[in-house]
Amino acid sequence: MFHLILFLFFGAICVAGAVNLLVQSHPINSALSLIAVMASLAVEYLLLGAEFLMATQVIVYAGAIMVLFVITIMLLNAGKEERTGGSRVALLFGVPGVLAAALLIGWTIVLHSNTASVPIGALKGDPHGIAQLLFHDFLLPFEVTSVLILIAIMGAVVLASRPEAVVRGARKDAE
Amino acid sequence: MGIITFIIISLIKIAAVIFVMMTAAAYSVWLERKVSAHIQNRWGPTKVGPFGLLQPLADGVKFIFKEDLTESNVYKPLYIAAPIIAMAFALTSIAVVPFGNFVNAGHWGTYLQITDVNIGLLVILGSTAMGVYGVALAGWSSNSKYSLLGGLRASAQMISYEVSLGLALVGVVIMAGSLSLREIVDAQGGHYFGYIPRWNIFSGQVFAFFIYLISAYAETNRAPFDLPEAESELVAGYHTEYSSMKFAMFFVAEYCSMVTVSCLATLMFLGGWHGPVFGPYILQAALPVIWFCVKVFCFMFLYVWVRWTVPRFRYDQLMAFGWKVLLPLALANIVITALIVAWRG
Repeated sequence: MFHLILFLFFGAICVAGAVNLLVQSHPINSALSLIAVMASLAVEYLLLGAEFLMATQVIVYAGAIMVLFVITIMLLNAGKEERTGGSRVALLFGVPGVLAAALLIGWTIVLHSNTASVPIGALKGDPHGIAQLLFHDFLLPFEVTSVLILIAIMGAVVLASRPEAVVRGARKDAE
Repeated sequence: MGIITFIIISLIKIAAVIFVMMTAAAYSVWLERKVSAHIQNRWGPTKVGPFGLLQPLADGVKFIFKEDLTESNVYKPLYIAAPIIAMAFALTSIAVVPFGNFVNAGHWGTYLQITDVNIGLLVILGSTAMGVYGVALAGWSSNSKYSLLGGLRASAQMISYEVSLGLALVGVVIMAGSLSLREIVDAQGGHYFGYIPRWNIFSGQVFAFFIYLISAYAETNRAPFDLPEAESELVAGYHTEYSSMKFAMFFVAEYCSMVTVSCLATLMFLGGWHGPVFGPYILQAALPVIWFCVKVFCFMFLYVWVRWTVPRFRYDQLMAFGWKVLLPLALANIVITALIVAWRG
């Protein structure tokens, strides 16, 4: 019972943060709503018993990735967005789409309503358990993911570096 | 132990720790002023109380009575929230720090620690990571060029050095086999050859100790890494536009994070509350706390000493040092520690 109350409370914060992210017109408010979403997701992980995942979510997502979002918004000096009135095509396809998705989710829940709910702290989320899964049972996906992240880092470095032609052109003008 | 007893004991511990923490933050200001004064061959505060010991009290009263100026163009919600965020996250990490061993009073007993979480180290790293928001949001919401530049520099510096800070501690975690702070301290009991204590700094983690110390100075924006607050360049950096109690909250947050980082250094590398214990039971219960406080005091003194000895880093030197020197060294330390532990066990 207590578990259900906590789950609903933090789930509501999560959903409210996500909706607020879309509704706000100033990007910094959207970024702060996303931080609230990340933090409430961390608490949901804790309720499931995955405390290591909760700490990692806070440190990595809320504490590093979102800081980079906030720094970017500060550097770009983004101001309030203008209200443009919305597009009619989005309304025409969007509203029936959302209704269809909600019906699909509700139907899935009703179909599987005879499964038991997960009690508080059910998962094996201590550091030893996670280490066993990550470095023993799922070692190959772990190593492949690290190579994937390395490729993403290299892509970001290439995208952010100055194009060679501009540099060469500037050097030629200086001579 | 019943639930009521548990709650009462926890509340007593929380009240004691918060009182001591706030007093430590206030008196570390006194320590800084006196030590920096003597390094610079002058006296420091001497008039307010003996040795100027009541100076923090006078400063506190001054902050309360100062006019709270607020610029008209600041982004109000974040301007007010930023010092709150900074101070809240600076104070939460003290909840998992063990000050001493198990103490018994009659038929009640408790560990001298508010709570021992099995991921205690990650709680401290998480609050450090979230504390960056106080700085970044303060710099942006103040709507001033000095604040914005100071805030950007400070947050970029803090997230860069968080990486090497965490990685320097992984070596200790590998040796202790747990992320729980109490277990890490317990693993440092005993002696080598009967004399040298089995602290991690003597157990091969001395390079990690220095990497941690340098990263901690950069993380708290202190000592040679205080470019975000460089008075000669940025007026006062991210807290330029703050006055009175809001500035005092940033101030307290900075000194509280210094205390937390010093506590973590003693727990991880200097054996925490381990030290010679002797005498009747009341002394045996209090001596570990005294040793812990002595070690934390040494780190606070070192903070002030380094600040007034070493010149400031330039910003590009600072970032290059963090990413190109400290990070590879911390990774090398992890690899060597892991190889030795695997070879031994």
